Amino acid sequence: MIDFGFGLSRSSAVRLDEVDLTLYRKLEKLEPGVRTCMSCGSCTATCTAGPWSGMSVRKVILDLQRERASAEGHGEVRKMLSACMLCGKCSMVCPRGINTRHLILSLCRIYEEKK
Amino acid sequence: MDSQTVLIIGGGVAGMEAARQLRLLGCEPVIVEKSDHLGGHVAGWHKLFPDMLSASSLIERMSESLDGITVYLKTQVASMNRLKDGFSVMLTNGTGLLCRAVLIASGFRLFEASRKEEYGYGVYDRVITNSDLEYWFNTGEDDRIPDNLSNIAFVHCVGSRDLKAGNPQCSKVCCMTAVKQAIEMKERFPDAEIWCFYMDLRLFGKKYEDFYINAQRDYGVHFVRGRVSEVSEDIDGRVILKAEDTLAGRQVKLKADLLVLMAGMLCNEDTAGLASMVRAEVDSDGFLRSRDNIFRINESSRPGIFFAGACTGTKTVPETVAEARAAALDIRNYLNGND
Ligand SMILES: Cc1cc2nc3c(=O)[nH]c(=O)nc-3n(C[C@H](O)[C@H](O)[C@H](O)COP(=O)(O)OP(=O)(O)OC[C@H]3O[C@@H](n4cnc5c(N)ncnc54)[C@H](O)[C@@H]3O)c2cc1C
Ligand code: SF4
Ligand code: SF4
Ligand code: SF4
Repeated sequence: MIDFGFGLSRSSAVRLDEVDLTLYRKLEKLEPGVRTCMSCGSCTATCTAGPWSGMSVRKVILDLQRERASAEGHGEVRKMLSACMLCGKCSMVCPRGINTRHLILSLCRIYEEKK
Repeated sequence: MDSQTVLIIGGGVAGMEAARQLRLLGCEPVIVEKSDHLGGHVAGWHKLFPDMLSASSLIERMSESLDGITVYLKTQVASMNRLKDGFSVMLTNGTGLLCRAVLIASGFRLFEASRKEEYGYGVYDRVITNSDLEYWFNTGEDDRIPDNLSNIAFVHCVGSRDLKAGNPQCSKVCCMTAVKQAIEMKERFPDAEIWCFYMDLRLFGKKYEDFYINAQRDYGVHFVRGRVSEVSEDIDGRVILKAEDTLAGRQVKLKADLLVLMAGMLCNEDTAGLASMVRAEVDSDGFLRSRDNIFRINESSRPGIFFAGACTGTKTVPETVAEARAAALDIRNYLNGND
């Protein structure tokens, strides 16, 4: 086959009807507050670890909801979580009153089980 | 009782317009207003969206239309007792009156911005509210607003959509107020950059979207989708805002010369007291509870007690005026014995 120097890359579009929500459903059970996130970004803005590590509770939640986590072998979500110092600042600013610290802990537990 | 007297509690836009209509319908309205002036909150605003009508000229015009109607300023209801077909009322100025119906038009209260401590209202010099800015438009007096401004920030949803502040509701008018005030500031400070930090832009009314388009196209206002998490003061007195630009997925910081907080609308502090006096109910959002929120917004669950304006929820001026007229008609029908 002739090598044209480029290949067909997989579309980056998320197929919402095919998303695998297994992990997200587990998290919902442990921390039901996750459902009320309105992606305001307060948690990310206030996070001490954020600017250096890319940690963002908002992105973690969205990645789980859009399956980006599983598609990329959870690498990115796990990397974000590993930077968290569990300081709880994000819980203090969340306007929806989500216990984000508990959310992070719950997700870590889910990953522990998967190992 | 063959009295045609209707007691109106609150002399804001709602109470004033209801009084005018009730008189036209042959009733005898009496306004009881706790402050020293008519007009309520609108008397403190500068120009009203969407027509940029002068608020003071509107209040002036409305006041003139009340000529001859009894208005008690700096007065409140001290006690009220239900009679067989009406109410016996005692006012704090010692006046007693008998009336067939009562219209509650006690309006709203602005969220106390100092309660969101992370925004530094009352602590940092360069932090004001939407209400303060209207006052400055009217009077030019506010030491917190410097002569030269390079960056002006507006923070939406202050004390609204915020469980931590005890108010999960959207205040509805503040997105539009922010866009209006952003444009007015750009007109006064053409060289300044203006930043609106929003979670969702709720511009629901007639012509509101035009303001948004104008703000972008003609005034170059920047809209950042993210809620400001905290504000700190720099040594030069300016304030530093922290937010996430959620569309870019990056933390952002802004050093601003002026920060305007879009304080939300809450139920008036007297609502619970007024409600218990007439045995009306308070709703889960803290505002007065209407018989329903679709068809009978003006009616309480008690005969003879009616509502108009922002005492039942956040309203714009045109919505308030329309409700006041509807309440006047409801009261007229009630007095005529038609439900
Ligand atoms: C910053 C800001 C800007 C706004 N700009 C606009 C705009 O440009 N256009 C627009 O359409 N809407 C605007 N609004 C909304 C507008 O202010 C309201 O729609 C309007 O004030 C509602 O009128 P009201 O009479 O129901 O209540 P209010 O204005 O709150 O009046 C209530 C009156 O009742 C009196 N009162 C309260 N309790 C008692 C008591 N116990 N006894 C006696 N009297 C009492 C009060 O003193 C007051 O005078 C704005 C709101 C805000 C917060
Ligand atoms: S608990 Fe973790 S995610 Fe939340 S602010 Fe602290 S470091 Fe950031
Ligand atoms: S602060 Fe709360 S609502 Fe806002 S993005 Fe973070 S988790 Fe979601
Ligand atoms: S109208 Fe806009 S600023 Fe006001 S509470 Fe609703 S979303 Fe927030």
